[in-house]
Amino acid sequence: MENTAEKLLRTPLYALHVDLGAKIVPFAGYEMPVQYPTGIIKEHLHTREKAGLFDVSHMGQAFLRGPDPARAMEKVCPSDFAGLKEGMQRYGLLLNDQGGVKDDFMLTKLADEHDLYLVVNASMKESDFAYISKKLEGELTLIPRPDRALMALQGPLAGQVLDKLAPGIDFLNFMRVIRATVAGVEAIVGRTGYTGEDGFEISVEAKDAEKLARAILADPDVLPIGLGARDSLRLEAGLCLYGHDIDETTDPAEADLVWAIGKRRKTELGFPAAEKIMSRVLNGTEKKRVGIRPEGRAPARDGTEIADKTGRIIGKITSGGFGPSLNAPIAMGYVETKFAADGTEVDLMVRGKALPARIAPMPFVPHRYKRGAGK
Amino acid sequence: MTTYYTDQHEWIRVEGDEGTVGITSHATEQLGDVVFVETPSVGKTLKKGDEAAVVESVKAASEVYSPVGGTVTAANEDLSGEPAKVNAEPEGEGWFFKLKIADKAELSQLMTEDKYKEFVASH
Repeated sequence: MENTAEKLLRTPLYALHVDLGAKIVPFAGYEMPVQYPTGIIKEHLHTREKAGLFDVSHMGQAFLRGPDPARAMEKVCPSDFAGLKEGMQRYGLLLNDQGGVKDDFMLTKLADEHDLYLVVNASMKESDFAYISKKLEGELTLIPRPDRALMALQGPLAGQVLDKLAPGIDFLNFMRVIRATVAGVEAIVGRTGYTGEDGFEISVEAKDAEKLARAILADPDVLPIGLGARDSLRLEAGLCLYGHDIDETTDPAEADLVWAIGKRRKTELGFPAAEKIMSRVLNGTEKKRVGIRPEGRAPARDGTEIADKTGRIIGKITSGGFGPSLNAPIAMGYVETKFAADGTEVDLMVRGKALPARIAPMPFVPHRYKRGAGK
Repeated sequence: MTTYYTDQHEWIRVEGDEGTVGITSHATEQLGDVVFVETPSVGKTLKKGDEAAVVESVKAASEVYSPVGGTVTAANEDLSGEPAKVNAEPEGEGWFFKLKIADKAELSQLMTEDKYKEFVASH
């Protein structure tokens, strides 16, 4: 049955995924590789040990054009974007009028360019683009760039791998972004990612994507990595997955994302529901996002209820699975704030049984971003 | 000794009145890396189609259904420490549980190996 509404899109790297033997699944409206023949656990461990290449072309890329697009974006985000320096990227939260998180994204100010470069979540891009365009009408124009592909090279060897294709690029520090030529391809390269490892996100024109991906994969230290390992890597790194760990019903205070509120913005305010959010930052929230380590080996999935030791339900898991680097189950979720301290004993209600678990600090696996010497 | 298959991708190898149950290679390929297995308690009575065990991959949890009715006589304890055995040898060392079959007539409702191969190829 033909139904255009259900027609799945393909990224410019689809043919490459098929060529590499990927298992393809529908994700955020795209046919995406969930894993390659290597398998999720080996793909995950390889990324932590060497380097992995991820296709994230389904994410939404756009440029923001206007007299002062950074100031304009501050009306819908609590970040300090006006203070974003040239050549730098910053994490942002897009808020609805109630202060709920409409999406999270990365915003970049490229050197010597007036337009800002935006990357949002795949599942939210249409909605985000419409929301930003409407809310900031007359102040900025959002120019979607579906003609661009995006890939991530992640892992401790990512720097040396990419430096062979773009000599000197390993000098970049975490959150730095430049335009560069990589393997003969014009690219926007940011020292960033979603795995907790050092690495890059590389935006190129769709027509150049396969050429660049094949050049990177030609390095014996690099394996292609699917969405399965992308999820287990980000969960070990304690990073939120939009639509699971944060959504329109959660605000930055309870999501423990207060670091994403710019210092200047905390007093200057001027973002949606600013007074309410800052009051909740100062006075505390009823619930809080935490890390959770189940005892034993059984994973507790998204939606699992969390109980205190008397059996009263005190929260819910929002992301849960298995952490290959820890060889143990891990989860994150929300609990009533009085149970949010590290080490607090709780029970996870899995298949009608109470599995003992503890509240645990995140990240579960330490971040290893490139900082220090460099620029 | 005959092995039968279900449309839920379990196998049961029958010797006398006892059956050994596991999941097929095809099932493990679909699941990916297995990270946790929960097997039934010895002595538990299962009806045909009852949830008997749970197998979890990195991505998701799946139920394993009992291909026929019976009473559990053994569970593969090795899988709790080495769940990857399910991927390595799904139709050997990666078995889940054994049961004393209550009614061997139920086996006739299952697929032979050839039928199962056809079933997988057509789905």
